[in-house]
Amino acid sequence: MTDVLNPPVTTPSDDHGHEEHHGPTGILKWITTTDHKVIGLSYTVTSVLMLVIGGLFAEIIRFQLATPNANLVSLAQYNELFTMHGSVMIYLFAGPFAFGGLANIIVPIQIGAPDMAFPRLNALSYWLYLTGAITMLAGFFTAGGAANFGWVAYAPLSNSINTPGAGADLWIGGLLLTGFSAIFTGVNLTATIFYLRAPGMTMFRMPIFTWNMLVTGILILLAFPVLTAGLVMLYCDRHFGTHIYSVTGGGVPVLWQHIFWFWGHPEVYILALPFFGMVTEIIPVFSRKPVFGYKGMIFATLSIAALSLGVWAHHMFTTGVVLLPFFSIMSLLIAVPTGIKIFNWIGTMWRGQIWFSTAMLMAIGFVVTFLIGGLTGIYLASPPLDFFTHDTYFVVAHFHSVVMALVLGGMAGLYYWGPKITGYLLNERYGKIQFWFLFIGTQVFTFPQYLLGLRGMPRRVAIYAHDPQWKLLNDWSTIGAILIGVSTLIFVVNVAVSWKKYPAGDNPWDAHTLEWFTTSPPPHHNFYRLPQIRSERPTWDYNHPEHRSLGHGKHPGLGDPHPEVVED
Amino acid sequence: MLRIAALPVAAVALSGCTVPAFGARPGPTTTSKSVFHLWQGFSVGAMVIGAFVVLLILYAVLRYRRKGDAIPKQTQYHIPLEMVYTVVPILIVFGLFAATLVVENKEVANPKTNVIVDVNAFQWGWKFSYPGTSTVVVGQTTENPTMVIPVNTDVHINLTSTDVIHGFYVKAFNFSRYALPGVDNQFTIRAVNTGTFFGQCTQLCGLYHSLMYFQVKVVTMDQYNSWLSNNSNPSAAQASNTANQQQTSTHVPSKPTASSGAN
Amino acid sequence: MKAEAKLMLGLGLFFGLMCAVYWNWSLENAGGVMMFAGMLLGFLPGGYFYWWSRRMKARPEDDPYATQAGGAGVIGSFPGTSIWPFTMGMGAFLVVLALVFGIWFLIPGLGLVGWAVLGGTSEGRRGGKV
Repeated sequence: MTDVLNPPVTTPSDDHGHEEHHGPTGILKWITTTDHKVIGLSYTVTSVLMLVIGGLFAEIIRFQLATPNANLVSLAQYNELFTMHGSVMIYLFAGPFAFGGLANIIVPIQIGAPDMAFPRLNALSYWLYLTGAITMLAGFFTAGGAANFGWVAYAPLSNSINTPGAGADLWIGGLLLTGFSAIFTGVNLTATIFYLRAPGMTMFRMPIFTWNMLVTGILILLAFPVLTAGLVMLYCDRHFGTHIYSVTGGGVPVLWQHIFWFWGHPEVYILALPFFGMVTEIIPVFSRKPVFGYKGMIFATLSIAALSLGVWAHHMFTTGVVLLPFFSIMSLLIAVPTGIKIFNWIGTMWRGQIWFSTAMLMAIGFVVTFLIGGLTGIYLASPPLDFFTHDTYFVVAHFHSVVMALVLGGMAGLYYWGPKITGYLLNERYGKIQFWFLFIGTQVFTFPQYLLGLRGMPRRVAIYAHDPQWKLLNDWSTIGAILIGVSTLIFVVNVAVSWKKYPAGDNPWDAHTLEWFTTSPPPHHNFYRLPQIRSERPTWDYNHPEHRSLGHGKHPGLGDPHPEVVED
Repeated sequence: MLRIAALPVAAVALSGCTVPAFGARPGPTTTSKSVFHLWQGFSVGAMVIGAFVVLLILYAVLRYRRKGDAIPKQTQYHIPLEMVYTVVPILIVFGLFAATLVVENKEVANPKTNVIVDVNAFQWGWKFSYPGTSTVVVGQTTENPTMVIPVNTDVHINLTSTDVIHGFYVKAFNFSRYALPGVDNQFTIRAVNTGTFFGQCTQLCGLYHSLMYFQVKVVTMDQYNSWLSNNSNPSAAQASNTANQQQTSTHVPSKPTASSGAN
Repeated sequence: MKAEAKLMLGLGLFFGLMCAVYWNWSLENAGGVMMFAGMLLGFLPGGYFYWWSRRMKARPEDDPYATQAGGAGVIGSFPGTSIWPFTMGMGAFLVVLALVFGIWFLIPGLGLVGWAVLGGTSEGRRGGKV
């Protein structure tokens, strides 16, 4: 089988590499591009900018809460700030960063495709995302201020009587645009992964990141149209006199919550799965081992996706109008595949050779932080404990543990794939300092919030003059937020310091997957040549033919009916 | 099956004081105490599992640092091990679910009782009326209207909202419920200790959400009855039938003032 | 193609089961309808993939033994640079602004979208790029 283990390097079928070099230049090049790498980079830069904007809102919120009766911002401004903080982070940062940014760049290269399946649709996605972000943030410049009904926009608070003004409409409009952008990206990812894989790249040889992005794409297609429909109905309620969500006209306010969370809970996994995928790429590479339990990992991802459709109402336990046991057991069950993932990550590190690069540190930080967020999530799946903690800071702390884990995972992704995208490494020393600020800051930020929730501090309150004893814990949380802010500054400094300084080479990490087989940055249409694909680690197999993954028992390569392939 | 799985919770409940509180408090009602024990049970589980996983991570991270260029054994599967960490969590989850069901059924039970309080939430205050009597308590924002209920008696609460969604949350009761417009939310609380307990709206309801306070005062049955008769107010009962905002009651509501509005 | 079909059909089946359990148990319609639609989203592409998987021979990407040479040939047409996505994006932006600031934004908005539809389609039909 030497020809399989030492595959001949072949030029890809049709030579895509050399056309389109005489296109427009400058800003017109950026506007007219359909190259998934350029679009993905635009997405990444825009979404990191959104992270900074949303982070600034968070810092203002934390400074307001540092004293019980602060008047840094007014009550009205505070409502706008936390609404836009949540909206920017969920709608404009976490999702677009993952499925518009890194996935857009990495997925086609990981499966050996020259581009996304629909490059012009991909470009349209970006323009809808950008204009959606502008629309949503433009609310701050209107007379009534930005949207102020919380990022969940519960009816009837979001109707035209309780929240008049252009800010709320701009919020709806921005969300419609970014929603369509997400749907188009979902279509693109799914079609690309189903139809543009390189020869030999069977479904069960796709890298876990690609698998997770496929499942993310499917979830986007399931969830986002529901949100869009819900928003259209909300707009009709606000302006066309319908009464879909208002009691007065015979409508049902809880319907909005059903629709919103039917989108909103799959959205949680739309946000999380890409970052799971990033970490699952990074931990094996820096442990020098294949991912432990590859097939189990895929099974876990699919079960999370399958269950995610049946758990939405665990956000609505305290409404008193949902079926508690069904949603409770479904939500609890999601802990199982998530647990499998965590054990698989540990199993990957076990007996490995762990290199503590910044990306690896961030990935380990992700696992620990996500573990905390996941365990506290199990409490919330139990209705009695949800009645106890619902809408208190316990919930805030829970999902900030989760999303800060995603930020750690996203940073891991940037340190890991940044060199592939730009061709230059980031400074590792700054990276490690950033990691410690981010990781410790996250824990200092969330732990006091768990305690605050247990002591009864509700969400979305601007002042707590009634309970000045909450000040100490709030101050700790604010210190944590400052540490996180500092970590972001260090990242910016790191980018400036390492600007075009440390050339990366094609494969700086001795990585496993196809994107490390091509140049950094990859050429137009990605590949000059492709290796034979005989496992989910084609680049590793090419570089280390004598160290292929060991199958289990009589079951050799996955999805591979020919046992002799891995008989070494 | 359900009873067997509930055993650990019962064990926790019996040995109440030896298990740490994990930040929660038992509270003054029957359900708040069950929730507290459930909380302890979940917390013990979470701490054990969390500590186990963190130790595994720490061990792996410290033990398997890269020491050379050697390439480790490329193990990818260990089916028995994977089965273990799939099946064990499933068993744990069903155990937690069974314990949840026991407490949940207690909380959603609505035993018949004579003490009924109609709680109506509005922007931004609370109205507590006692059907069958003419007693009505209304208060806005920082006026802190007080709901008086008797101890050792099932108190049935009908929770409604006039405008947007509010959250009826009494921290000490370890319980919250949305006040939804168009929905009559019903639940029963049974306090076993007297005292005054602080409550606050937890669901964002607009500008003065931060200030939407109330209190629950648990008193003896005698005190409750005398309070009811002292505060009965026929005109208020009539007024409350017409509109929430025009009350003549024990509390004189006022628009939120500059100080309560925090600039 | 078979793996893709199994994946989507499997998801659809699970959603269908969950929908049946939920709808019968809760009698709540909004979630039941949405889960039913979720099931369709699994079956629709799943059925399509299954139908094709029985009528075509395995593609190179489904063949674990495929060589790179086996995938030779034109795999599709990828457009070069194009101004139309940007045009359509700006049109959609204006349409959304019409929801907020006034109906007259629709005129330039729909104009740009229509122009982009025409321009984009004819660009695709010319097919000059690859």
